[in-house]
This record gives sequence, C-alpha cells and structure tokens, in this order.
Amino acid sequence: MSELTRFSAAELAEKIHAREVSSVEVTTAHLDRIAAVDGAVHAFLHVDTAGALAAAKAVDDDIAAGKPPASPLAGVPIAVKDVLTRMGAPTTCGSRMLEHWEPPYSSTVVRRLESAGLVVLGKTNMDEFAMGSSTENSAFGPTHNPWDLDRVPGGSGGGSSASLAAFEAPLAIGTDTGGSIRQPASVTGTVGVKPTYGGVSRYGLVAFSSSLDQAGPCARTVLDAALLHEVIGGHDPLDSTSINAPVPPVVAAAREGTGGDLRGVKVGVVSEFTGEWYQAGVTGAFELAVDALRQLGAEIVKVSCPSFDYAMPAYYLIAPSEVSSNLARFDAMRYGLRVGDQDGATAEEVMTQTRGAGFGAEAKRRIMIGTYALSSGYYDAYYGQAQKVRTLISRDFEQAFNQVDVLVSPTTPTTAFRIGERVDDPVAMYRADLCTIPANLAGTPAISVPAGLSDEDGLPVGLQVMAPALREPRMYRVAAAYEFARDIALGGSLINRVPDLEVAR
Amino acid sequence: MPNISRDEVAHLARLSRLAVTEDELDMFAGQLDVILQSVAKVSEVAADDIPPTSHAVPLTNVFREDVERPGLTQQQALAGAPAAEEGRFRVPRILGEQA
Repeated sequence: MSELTRFSAAELAEKIHAREVSSVEVTTAHLDRIAAVDGAVHAFLHVDTAGALAAAKAVDDDIAAGKPPASPLAGVPIAVKDVLTRMGAPTTCGSRMLEHWEPPYSSTVVRRLESAGLVVLGKTNMDEFAMGSSTENSAFGPTHNPWDLDRVPGGSGGGSSASLAAFEAPLAIGTDTGGSIRQPASVTGTVGVKPTYGGVSRYGLVAFSSSLDQAGPCARTVLDAALLHEVIGGHDPLDSTSINAPVPPVVAAAREGTGGDLRGVKVGVVSEFTGEWYQAGVTGAFELAVDALRQLGAEIVKVSCPSFDYAMPAYYLIAPSEVSSNLARFDAMRYGLRVGDQDGATAEEVMTQTRGAGFGAEAKRRIMIGTYALSSGYYDAYYGQAQKVRTLISRDFEQAFNQVDVLVSPTTPTTAFRIGERVDDPVAMYRADLCTIPANLAGTPAISVPAGLSDEDGLPVGLQVMAPALREPRMYRVAAAYEFARDIALGGSLINRVPDLEVAR
Repeated sequence: MPNISRDEVAHLARLSRLAVTEDELDMFAGQLDVILQSVAKVSEVAADDIPPTSHAVPLTNVFREDVERPGLTQQQALAGAPAAEEGRFRVPRILGEQA
C-alpha cells in the first residue's frame, strides 16, 4: 500500500501545503487503497472518485497559484457517514427506505468540509438510521473490523471507524447519539469525539433522536480529531439547537497535551462503570491507562454517579420515543421508497407496506417501543420518568465535575464481538453503550482514545475521557497527553499493530 | 411488569403504520417484552420532585430576522418524489371505501 495512506491528516496537510506531494496524489493513493481492500472491509456505501479527484485538483491549483490553504486540513481526504446529506449522490442512512434518495441540499457539516478544502472520498456504512452498535443493522450488509474481519467494527458508525483502521481514509465524520462514534473508535483502535450537544450543526443530519444526536470527528490521532473538530464545529443559524459560541480551542489543547504533563489535573474514575458485563481484558487495559495518567502527574480520584445505573434504561426509552416521531416522515409520499401503490390501495395501506418493507427489524423495534412509551396511560411511567432520570444524570455530572476536571472510564465493556453474535439479543447489543450513554443524556462532550490491546484476544480497548459542556479542551489535553505517553511506551502508534489486509487483485 | 402479547404488537404496528408478518409478530412480542422489562428499571428511581429534562443544554427564544430567504424550488422539492404530476406529489387515494 502506498505509504501516503499511513500518514496522519496533520502530516498529509503539511506535505500538501509545502507542495512535497499533491492532494491528487494523496487522494489517488486512498482511492487505490479503497479499491484494494473495501471488498473485504465494506466500509463504504458510495465512493465519489470523480468528485474527489476534482476537489483535490482544485486545492492543488489554488496552492500552486499562491493562495493560502482554505484551512489547516485543505487537500486531505475524508470519509463521511451516510447519515449526513450531500448533494450529487444518494444519502441512504443505511436503509432501504432511502436507498436511491438523492438529497436536494447538503448538510452544514459537509458544506464546511468542502469549503475548508477537504476531499470527500465517499459515504460510509452505518446501522440503519444510526440505530445499533455493530453496523449489522445496515440494509446493505455489515462492515468488517480490519483487526479481525469476522468481527464488528462497532456501530452505528462502523463504516467510518473501519475506513480509518483500514487506512482507506485519514479522517472521517461520524454521529453519536448513544455512543455511535466512541464505541466504534474503541473497538477499532481509533480516536472518536462526541462534541458538546449543539457544538456541531445538525442541519442535514438525518434525525434519529433530536435531543441526543451530534456529529463529530473521527481520526487515528487526537490532534487530527482536534483539527477536524475546528473545521466542522461552531454556530449554525440553520440549526436552532446550535450553540452560539466559538468553537473551543481544541487544537491548542491537543498540542499542549503532547507535552505529557498533567500535573494539577484531577481525573475522576466513575465507580459505576464496572461489573459483570465488563471483559477482564478491558478492565485491565483501563487500569493501566489510569496508571499512565497518574505517571503523567494527574491526581486520580474515585467518583460515584449513582444515577448512571439508570442511564441505559432511560436512553432506551427516550431515543426510541424520539425516533418514533422522527421516522414518521418516511411515509412514501414525498421522498424515499414507495411500495404497494397499485390496485386502488389507499395512502394508509401504501404507507404501511412501504414502512414494513423499508425499515429493518431494529428500526421497527425502536419505533414500536417509542410508540408504546408515548401512548396515553404509559407516558408518565416510561417517557416522563426517563426524562427525570436524565435530570438526575446531569446533576451527577455536575457534582462530579465540582470534584474533578475530567471523568474517565472504559469506552465500552468489551472488545469487538463477532458478527452475528448479538443480533438475536437486543439487550445484549444495547449493553455496548453502557459507558457512552450518560454523556449523550447530559449533552456533555466525550472522547475515546485507544488504550492498548486486551490480554485475552489482542483486540483494541478504548479509554473514554469526559468533560463538562463546552470544556472540550480539557478532554483533548488529557487524551493527547495519554496518547503521547502510550506511544512512547509501546514504541509507536497502536494502530500500526493492525494486521495487514489482503489486497484484492 | 409488561407482558407484550401478539395483539399488542399488532396494535403498536398499526399505530405506527408498520406492516409486520405473522412470524415477526411472535419474534417482536418476545423481544419487546425483554426490552420493556429492562427499561422499566427507570420506575425504581424516586423522582417525584425532580423536574424532567428534554434538552440537557437548553436554549431559549432562538429567533432570526423575519426576512425572506430562498427555499427549495418546486423542481427540487419534487426531485425525490415516488410519483409527481403537474408539479405536485401524486399520492394514493386518501379516503377508503367507507368514506
């Protein structure tokens, strides 16, 4: 494989802007890599070869003409989860419902990437409408984990995480509602960030759970994620939930972190994130990571957040309730799939048949759970109660952050499980989100950074670092410091240990 | 504690306009039951005087100036339509036999 695909985004940007290499060469190297390995990995649903090369050439032409780069990442290729709209090709959300839908507008995130000179390679695979923890709910087949092709790459953003681990792209965009950026990052040995809710525009992000959804950066290093965060983040007048404040200075924080000095930083270990569902190798790697933070000068404090035990049940009431409303728009009338429109069928019959054919099992389960939870007689006991649990979770975070600067935990209780292992057991699948969900419910930011390999199976484990709302710099600094120390201890980046993929001829 | 019957699943499917097969009814009844039992845990929390949260990072009165802005053109709006005629969405009949 071309060595151009092994560089970080920051390194590639430097080389492109110094004209050591062209964006066209870099883009071509990544397109070649996709052609070579994506048959086995299946990270991509759509590759925009012509568009990518044209965008790359435009960046090269501008640099040759002496213009300053449009952003620190201009010319660098990127993959985008297929839940964000982009004109000119289908946006499927991993669903039959939108298999052929070409959106009439591009999302703010995609437009910001394009204006910043990033080269969109294509759209990545995902669990249908972002619901899932394994990418097995995609209507178009699962994505395979480059660390072991029989295993899941996590979900719902498994295509994005796998594209990074397979060196098909140096950067990717994901979305995170219950952990869908962080958990895939954890099981693929990559970095994934969920920004503060409202920190990145949701305009053009096809809605799953509107009070929880958030787009975020995915990369192989903390600095790369920070650079991407600064491109996509910030206020958007088209998104009324978007926070009207500048993007927190996360790049500076990441660079500060590589000094490897965490003296004066208080790190809280959440005592609830342990127990019967946690794999021994994950707990072991997590404890070593906490030790490493201690070596860097951080003060480690145990913190209890009792309401976190109710986070998963609350989430699996709130998210399905919101999705049952959000997916009602897929009614076969204005866009998307339509079936059964013959022999005088009524609109209601066509709607029902279409939704039966267009949605997969998990989507249907969640729509029905939501319908149940919101129906009269049940509303207070289920949805109403879940919203109160949400308040308690926010309060637990508040009191925790009064004691410490950041909170840490394993990102997910296990390493990558096998494809097919949990598909018939929805609750087992949901447990992958145990550690990630609280931050979504509270709207606070969190990052997953690779924390070594598990003893039992040699598969990646993720360290999750959480910060208060709009305090992303703290978590980037801690994550960068940890990454720096870890790379020194291991003699190189963890991602270099991923097995070589067989190249298609 | 919930015990979801096939009939209740069929009812939920009807409410949410989802066609489900006979086999799916059985499968979903079992799975929904397990899921609902696990989420019912929220009722263990004493929350009588706790206010609900709908948005963890709340914003109020997000307005913009009342100034006209271009939206989608008619053509763009119809571009993804399953069926379009005379510049409109062509939809199946709304009313059934009884109306």
